[in-house]
Amino acid sequence: MTRACERPVALREGRGVLTSADLTRRVGGDCCCQRCPAARRRTLPRRGGNRDPLTCRGGLPSPTDGYRFGVTALPKPRGRLSEGLLAGLSDLPVAAGDLDPASAESAEDAALALWVLHELSYRGFDDVDDGAERDPELHRLRCLLEDDLEQRLRERWPGPPDADLATDFFDWVGGHDGPSLARHVQTEASEEQVLDLLRIRSVYHLKEADPTSWVIPRLTAGPKAALVELLYDEYGAGDPGRLHHELFARGMEASGLRPEYGAYVDEAPAEVLEQNNALSAFGLQRRLRAAALGHLAAFEATSSLPSRRMAQGLGRLGFPSEMVAYYTEHVVADAVHEQVALRDVCVRLVAQEPALEPDVWFGAWACLDLEDHTARRLLTAWGVPA
Amino acid sequence: MSSGSAPARSAGRADVVLCPGGPMLLRGEHVVLDDDGQEHRTTRPVSAVCRCHRSASKPWCDGTHKLLPEKLRP
Repeated sequence: MTRACERPVALREGRGVLTSADLTRRVGGDCCCQRCPAARRRTLPRRGGNRDPLTCRGGLPSPTDGYRFGVTALPKPRGRLSEGLLAGLSDLPVAAGDLDPASAESAEDAALALWVLHELSYRGFDDVDDGAERDPELHRLRCLLEDDLEQRLRERWPGPPDADLATDFFDWVGGHDGPSLARHVQTEASEEQVLDLLRIRSVYHLKEADPTSWVIPRLTAGPKAALVELLYDEYGAGDPGRLHHELFARGMEASGLRPEYGAYVDEAPAEVLEQNNALSAFGLQRRLRAAALGHLAAFEATSSLPSRRMAQGLGRLGFPSEMVAYYTEHVVADAVHEQVALRDVCVRLVAQEPALEPDVWFGAWACLDLEDHTARRLLTAWGVPA
Repeated sequence: MSSGSAPARSAGRADVVLCPGGPMLLRGEHVVLDDDGQEHRTTRPVSAVCRCHRSASKPWCDGTHKLLPEKLRP
């Protein structure tokens, strides 16, 4: 079987900086399993007893199996801190004091380190011992990096608005004036730019809703039942074929992109990693449960209309129906979820624990602010006024 | 053990919810008959039915009401 390799040439050649041109160059010829490093890793034994090597396409599981057997490979380091972390993961336990957050060379370096540490609590990595999640030194580093991220967000946050959560939230979200990637995709974006965006968005969309699921056991009955009602729909209401991150994986595959979890992390800029890190940090800390739910409400409230624009843009560019379907599903689903997330989750939470209201607003603001940063980064890289 | 009857519904949890300025939420399975006489079966645990009459996904809400001036919202 022959198939073009969709792994960017620049990555396979080991260069660090990608351009849109790099991302659209493809290598034709034989199956890329014979060539690129990521593909070679697919032949390594995987956990869970499945030792059949997956070939590029023929071995991909069916949608009903899910893409759970995909590779979760470690990303490339982006500086001293992430380099030290990746080295430590292959030589556990990490010696106390070996990893210093102050050694981070850049925001990219720190963000990648925190993303890797969080992933130890999601699906882990193929070549890392599962015990790494509980390594004391790694846990200490995760806490320090999470604290740094939260502190930077709180310093930027203008504080809770003078508004009623139940009646004013949607207008408050609607009044937020940030750059819109969906609007650009709808009318102007090139195919290459949309492929860039899909690869970068896959870092979150392939684990969509997972960070919020950490919050469930930390809630009392009212908000808990409502959150599970919302998440049940996110997770396909019992049908793995309708699970939202499976829909995205199917859209990725149909678009000629790799559907495996974490396949494109190396392409995600710091802004995108920070979006993911904030979600995980909010979800993993009980103290920040209200921020996690405020983030959820803002995320859902900014999804239906942008998803419509994304679907129109993908249709304009001739993307496969599977990718368009992911976004059209979100037009209708998130028109429900935004109501449930605000009325039944956040408002009920605050009714029971009024002291948490400021953090609901903080989480909602963080969602909008971090998306602004991502949109500016991408639009600027594409030469579009942000 | 169960007496065979369903537990009482919790206060504040309704099957049909009219959201101020927004859609009507339907919990559970329903068949919605639209303006043209077409039937639409709900497919998710909670569904949102358009009340502003401007959704492009009717009978379901697509968030368009948020673009309307307040006086035109349901």
